Amino acid sequence: MTDVTDATTARRGPTPDDALRVADSRREPMLAADGTPLKRSLARALRREKLRALMLIAPLLLFILVTFIAPIADMLFRSVENQIVSDTLPRTTRALADWDGQDLPPEDAFAAMAYDLTEAAELKVHTRLGSRLNYEAPGISSLFRKSGRGTGDAGEALGEQFVTLDPAWENPMVWAELMAPPDWLEARAAHYADGGEPEGLPAFKLRDEADTILPETASVYGGFARITQFEDGDDPAEEDPWSPIYLALHRDLAADPPLGDWSGPHADLLAAAAEAAPAMETVPLVQQFEEIDEDWLDPDVWATIKTFSPPYTPGYFLNAVDMQQTPDGVELRPETQRIYVTLFLRTLVMSLAITGTCLLLGYPVAWLLANLPSGRANLLMILVLLPFWTSLLVRTSAWKVLLQQQGVINDTLVWIGLIADDKRLTLINNQTGTIIAMTHILLPFMILPLYSVMKTIPPSYLRAAKSLGATDWTAFWRVYFPQSVPGIGAGSILVFILAIGYYITPELVGGTSGVFISNRIAYHISSSLNWGLAAALGSILLFAVLILYWAYDRMVGIDNVKLGG
Amino acid sequence: MMLLPPDLGRAAGEGLAKASARDDFVVFERVQKSYDGETLVVKDLNLSIATGEFLTMLGPSGSGKTTCLMMLAGFETATHGEIRLDGRPINNIPPHKRGIGMVFQNYALFPHMTVAENLAFPLEVRKIGKTEREQKIARALDRVRMSDFGNRRPAQLSGGQQQRIALARALVFEPELVLMDEPLGALDKQLRESLQFEITNLAHELGITVVYVTHDQTEALTMSDRVAVFEDGRIQQLATPDELYERPRNSFVAQFIGENNTLLGEVAEIRDGVAVVRLDTGALIDTKPVNVSRVGERTRVSIRPERVETNPERLSPGTHTLEAEVLEFIYMGDIYRTRLRVAGNDNFIIKTRNAPDQRRLQPGERIEIGWLPQDCRALDA
Repeated sequence: MTDVTDATTARRGPTPDDALRVADSRREPMLAADGTPLKRSLARALRREKLRALMLIAPLLLFILVTFIAPIADMLFRSVENQIVSDTLPRTTRALADWDGQDLPPEDAFAAMAYDLTEAAELKVHTRLGSRLNYEAPGISSLFRKSGRGTGDAGEALGEQFVTLDPAWENPMVWAELMAPPDWLEARAAHYADGGEPEGLPAFKLRDEADTILPETASVYGGFARITQFEDGDDPAEEDPWSPIYLALHRDLAADPPLGDWSGPHADLLAAAAEAAPAMETVPLVQQFEEIDEDWLDPDVWATIKTFSPPYTPGYFLNAVDMQQTPDGVELRPETQRIYVTLFLRTLVMSLAITGTCLLLGYPVAWLLANLPSGRANLLMILVLLPFWTSLLVRTSAWKVLLQQQGVINDTLVWIGLIADDKRLTLINNQTGTIIAMTHILLPFMILPLYSVMKTIPPSYLRAAKSLGATDWTAFWRVYFPQSVPGIGAGSILVFILAIGYYITPELVGGTSGVFISNRIAYHISSSLNWGLAAALGSILLFAVLILYWAYDRMVGIDNVKLGG
Repeated sequence: MMLLPPDLGRAAGEGLAKASARDDFVVFERVQKSYDGETLVVKDLNLSIATGEFLTMLGPSGSGKTTCLMMLAGFETATHGEIRLDGRPINNIPPHKRGIGMVFQNYALFPHMTVAENLAFPLEVRKIGKTEREQKIARALDRVRMSDFGNRRPAQLSGGQQQRIALARALVFEPELVLMDEPLGALDKQLRESLQFEITNLAHELGITVVYVTHDQTEALTMSDRVAVFEDGRIQQLATPDELYERPRNSFVAQFIGENNTLLGEVAEIRDGVAVVRLDTGALIDTKPVNVSRVGERTRVSIRPERVETNPERLSPGTHTLEAEVLEFIYMGDIYRTRLRVAGNDNFIIKTRNAPDQRRLQPGERIEIGWLPQDCRALDA
């Protein structure tokens, strides 16, 4: 075999590549006529051409990037993305990090949940988070909806006690002076002196000291200030603080902070509050949450939140293969909830069946097309293409008319006497209906590649085979068929990939037993709004197609696929 | 020139040419063929081919020669008439049962099989055992000197190599009759010439009967035992190559085979096997009457360029000569080719050997030309 390669290389003659290779091997650049290295002058000569070619394809490249690659990347991302939990419940996520998941979480977690939910309710995102977690544990959605307002009242009783102690605690300005650095307060004063509106205030900043000495209070107040300023367009120094801020202050003071280090204003106010705090009347947070909804006493709710708090999750993919992520690990879903694996298998098997029927019906038609005289072949081609000129819905509806129990086909069969009137065939709203209708719709995609390949097989091959003594069948099977395999491959891949993602026809004629995975994807996109799960299902479909493509390449070879001569 | 190994004839003689020698091995009897029911592509074909004969069907495209070949192979059915092979009518025998080898213009080697598999194909369908099959394949490849190429695919071979394999495949199952449909049409001149030589040698060594279709007259003349010149669905002349060239029976054959000068006129006198023809310019010339029999008949006289004598002193006295004006002189190495104006014909070509006694004629020069009466044939007008 080596001498063959040598012979071909020798016969090929020199090419520009060879010249470059020679230049490389000499280790010193070959020079062009003007003394510049040949490589550089060649690259310069080709650059303009390359640039022009790039300009020509640029619109298509951009179009594909924007409308095809980007959405697929987005889909892949969405199928694992889970930032909503940690974004909406940042404090809770942190507080639950060390929780063992056995009994109820510590009081800190309840406090964090109260702060987070108050913020989320102000931003009106707590219901979205509820729906997200509802995919994993049904019931959480209503729990969150109910609790959104309730948690805002946490600390209300404490707030009243602080105000009773000193009315200054009611004053928004006092809070602002406590929490903001002097330069913000000066900038604020300057802003108003210039006749500014509250909307144009400089962005609120937390005082470093407040953050270290009263961390919880600073965190909650920071959220309050941010939302007041940027969501509501108000001045945080003029709005009444939220009740949970008093809760946070009480908890901070209970932790015995180093108030002696406090260098800011109102040190005496803080000292007085710290002294009075232990004597204040408090209701345990667990009890407050129980009053809002007793589901908060269920450790499973907290476990679900903890399980789905990482920013990326395999949860959607597990869900897509009928499994679930529980606090105890990955496990199969209950038997009654398993649907996707069955659907995937059904989609796969039915797509294969459709590809098979398309091949069986399409091969002879393509052969006729390729071998009839051109006049009649054109007529036949128009008949093949005719379905393309009719709306998909019209065709599918026509199949309904034909296939239903009181439809044309059943009527004819009964009339002929092949079946009894009370035993009419069920041809629609099941898998049979889907296969029949989709075979019809996808048939041209099989015929056209087959035809274009068959067109390139000269009739002299069959004649040669026959002259060598082969019967018609042997000549076909040993000579014609192997040469049409590239067409079969191309047609089958085309039909199979179209079938596996088909949606409208199974929806219309598939009933419950004939629907595909795509119908489920559509349901999650437009009805249940569980886009993550839809993306995971879509990604699995994409991977399945890629794997099949790879398998085909290994078995038949992708260069053996021809869509034309 | 490539020569065949000397033992080839012996090796070939073993299995082939079993048919008893007969003059009517292949017979076309009153065969007609029409595709559309309105016009006849082949009109009343009668032809007998002897065992071991190399017969060429020559003609311009559309003359019906390929149709005849396809009818013999069984890919077209005769509309009327009978075709017999070795005494057996084969009109109703399907192609795969006729046992006729065939070589196609585009080789028709199966691209998805190796060379050896291509050759095995006719043996496999005949259910020949593996050992014997391999022997036959090796022998067939050896015959066309392609023994080292058994594992190649046709696409890896050059045109000439592919045609050799196609030839080997048509011969490997030892048919007595091999049909070739313009097998060398796609090859360049040099390759074509060497393959012509190889094919005729093989055919004669193996003793097979060959029906060869071509539109290349040189190929037909150099290869064939007999040539059938086709035109308009009929055989215009069926003869050996030299007869065809020297003695064309009508003006079509004369025009079609080789280069030819024609002059138009009418017969003035016929005596002693010589017809004197008065050309349209009034000049008289001596011709051999072929298709003319009476005085006053219109005729087209035909003379080969190499038979024109520019030195009339060499002709016998009393022979008519013509005046000619030299229009163009072309030096072609071994010969000179000169274009003359003769009796109003501006395209009168003469060819003279590049020899010491020959002069290079100058354009504008006026000369006398003549010829032997038997070299100039008076044909149908």
